[in-house]
Order: sequence, then C-alpha cells, then structure tokens
Amino acid sequence: MTAIIEVSRLIKRFGPKVVLRQLDFQVEQGEFVALLGPNGAGKTTFLRILSSLSRPTMGSVSVAGFTLPHQAANVRRRLGVVSHMPLLYGDLSAEENLLFYGRMYAVDQLATRMDEVFEQVGLTLRRRDLVRTFSRGMQQRLAIGRAILHDPEVLLLDEPHTGLDQDACDMLDRALRQVAVRGRTLVMTSHDLARAEDLASRFDVLTRGTIQGSISRQDMPRDGLLAYYRQMLEQSQKPGSARQAEAAL
Amino acid sequence: MNGFTPFMRALGAVVWKDLQAERRSRELISAMLVFAMLVILIFNFALELESNIRANVTAGVLWVTFTFAGQLGLNRSMAVEKDRGCLDGLLLAPVDRAAIYLGKTLANWVFMLLVAAIVLPIYSVLYNTNLFIPGLVLVILLGSEGYVAVGTLLSTMAVQARTRDILLPILLFPVVIPVLVAAVKATGGFLQGLDISEILPYINMLIVYDVVFTAVAFMVFDSVVEE
Repeated sequence: MTAIIEVSRLIKRFGPKVVLRQLDFQVEQGEFVALLGPNGAGKTTFLRILSSLSRPTMGSVSVAGFTLPHQAANVRRRLGVVSHMPLLYGDLSAEENLLFYGRMYAVDQLATRMDEVFEQVGLTLRRRDLVRTFSRGMQQRLAIGRAILHDPEVLLLDEPHTGLDQDACDMLDRALRQVAVRGRTLVMTSHDLARAEDLASRFDVLTRGTIQGSISRQDMPRDGLLAYYRQMLEQSQKPGSARQAEAAL
Repeated sequence: MNGFTPFMRALGAVVWKDLQAERRSRELISAMLVFAMLVILIFNFALELESNIRANVTAGVLWVTFTFAGQLGLNRSMAVEKDRGCLDGLLLAPVDRAAIYLGKTLANWVFMLLVAAIVLPIYSVLYNTNLFIPGLVLVILLGSEGYVAVGTLLSTMAVQARTRDILLPILLFPVVIPVLVAAVKATGGFLQGLDISEILPYINMLIVYDVVFTAVAFMVFDSVVEE
C-alpha cells in the first residue's frame, strides 16, 4: 500500500492562536478515514490545509505525491471537496452547476460524465431544476456529484451530514459507499460517531490540534467506537498530554 | 501557449456562470438599475437648473450614478460567491486564479455597461441633453473598466470581512479617484463640445489607469484570496 496523503509535523497558527500542533497523519490509497474530535479541535482547519485553501504555518503536507502549497494546482486536480456548505449556485440548474465545474476541471466527455454522476447521486430526474428549489439533502447529494465529477483520487468531506434528516443522511451514505467501492480515498470529519463507524475503515481522533489516537475497523475494541473516542478525549485532558503538546511547539 | 487554452476556458466558464445566474435571478441588474434611476430622479428635482447649466453638471451626475450603482453590483457579485461557499468552490478548481479574477471582472463590466445602456437614454430625456456621442461611449467603456477592475479585487478582499458592505466603499473610493476625475472631465469635455486635444489627456489617463490597475489586480488576486 502507498500513502496518498502524508502530513508531517504540521503546525497552523492564526496570529498567536495555535490550531494544529505538530500533527502527523498518513492515509493509504483506498482508505476511508473518519476524523473525529470535539468542536474547535482543528478538523476543518486541517481539511482546508489538505485541500490547499489554507497554507500550513510549518511542516510538510503532500497529497497524491504533490507537496503543498507549492504544487497546489496538481493537488486540486486530484481532490474533491464536500463541506457542510454545498458550494453550488442556487440560480443555476443542477445541470448548469455541473457543466460549470466540469469546464473548470476540464473534464473529458463532460456530457457523458454528467449523465453518470447524476445517475450515481440519484438526481437524473431533477437535473434541469434550479438548485435553489432543492431540499438540503438533494443539494448535498449534488455537492457530492460536483466533488466526484472529475473522478478525484481523494475525496475530503467536512461534516457532510450537517443539517440533513435521516433519509437524506442514508442517501448520502449510499453515495459515499459507491465512491469508496471504486477504490477512492476518503477523509471525512464528523460528529456523528454511529455513521462514521458504519462508513469508515479507520478512525482518527483529533483533539487540541493533534492526532490523539488512530484505530482501524479490524482493531476496534468490542465496546465500539464511542468507548474508544471517550478514552482518547480523556487522555487528551490529562495535564501531561497538554504539556507535551505545548513543549513540542 | 499551453496554459492559454485552460486559462481562456476557465475565464469563459466564470463569465458564462455569472451571466447565466443573473439572467435567471435578475437580482444584481434590477438593484443597480432601480438605484441608478432613483439617483437620476433625485438629482433631476434637486438641480432645477437652466438647460445650459444642466449640461455642465451632467458629467458629475452620470458618474455619481454609475459609481454608486456599480458599487452595489460589486458587493452583490462577490456576496453571492461567499454566502454559499462558492468562492471556495472556485478556488478549489485547478485553474490559474487570475482567470477567475478576469472572469468576474468581465461579468461585472457587462453588468455596469448594461446599466449605462439603460440609464443614458432615460437621462437624455429627463435632462434634455444629447448623450449619444461616440466619444462619451468610449469614456464610459474606459471609465467603467477601470472601476470594475479595482472594484472586483477590493470586493474580493472586503467580502471576507463581516463589515463587507461598509468596507468596500471605504477601500474602493480612494483608489478610484483618478479614474473618476478623468472620466468626469472627459465626459464634460465631450458634452461641452471641447476640442479633442483638450479631452485627450483625460482619455490617456483613463487608458493608463485601466492598464496599470488591471495588470496589478491580475497579479495580486492569488495572494488576496489566499487564507
């Protein structure tokens, strides 16, 4: 197996505030990693750095063999990003949105690819409707369609289930499984442990700007992900752990 | 030459997207137009002057109208990108970000020229002034290009702030003073029938401003959008 994402000693500061502290992270091709952690742990900041939207203060980040921020365009070509915001234009139809992004990513055989994507996210019958008439769940499915349109090697998902009802979450999960089955690499931040446990093949807990623990599905203890997550949070609360993180900086 | 086609494709996609979205919503143009009409109407009643004096104030009134209506459009154009996270969507695309800037600028320019195309005949009727002068069209083309070139860059900066509606005019107006002065002077010159040699320095000033500020904005846009 080869690492498709490699992050080493990553530090991100916003002014005096340190958000990510000497973070090390590695993902192998085809893995589905759930990145878990409390609010303010640095999950979104970390994904923004991986997606080239934010620059690291220190440390090295590489995606699909290209380093950030210097080879950002090459990284972007290989990335799809889904966030809790759909990144779609409400005044354009679903088809026009994909047409626009398809042109921006220079997708080959765009019309055929759009047909495939609409089929995959189950929006073929609504493709000519304006996005602003879509429910939140449909918008999020189209957002996945937008993100996978150029068939990226890596899909980054920042709390994609936020604001979705049960049915919409289930549909979203089906779409994500379809992407995972095709051997693509997925990194998803989530607060929904049950869904994460259901979807992912590996679970990393990010607290206080660093990866506190990582466990694969096979190595999961019998009492489940919730118990493991709580254990990691407790560990990060210990005075020694915080001191170590401070000392590392 | 290799990078030219992707650049033009991305630029075309951004322009197409903005025009298509506006064709559907008509939010931007209608807001700019209503505002422009109101300004013209207010000035029409406020300046109950003789027709020859009116001709002298026309240049100022016209450019005040274009400037404020344009600012409204610039704010809205970037707010649409920011509010639904679409700016991130644009920045995630593997294209030269200067193409995104130029695409947004071109679309904003089209909107401003559309407003001007509607405002000019109405202004002509209300103020009983002939505005159908080829030279004046050139001044509007050059003046509005300089205005949107700087405005698009600054609205991209301002949109990141919570106080974006207040921030944009504070940032924009001091920078566009040269283009506004030159545009008002050149417009006034054409309306008063001055000799071209007296107007030419202002036209040249507009051309220089447009070239310099479009080039600077083109070069720094990537740094402006970088977090």
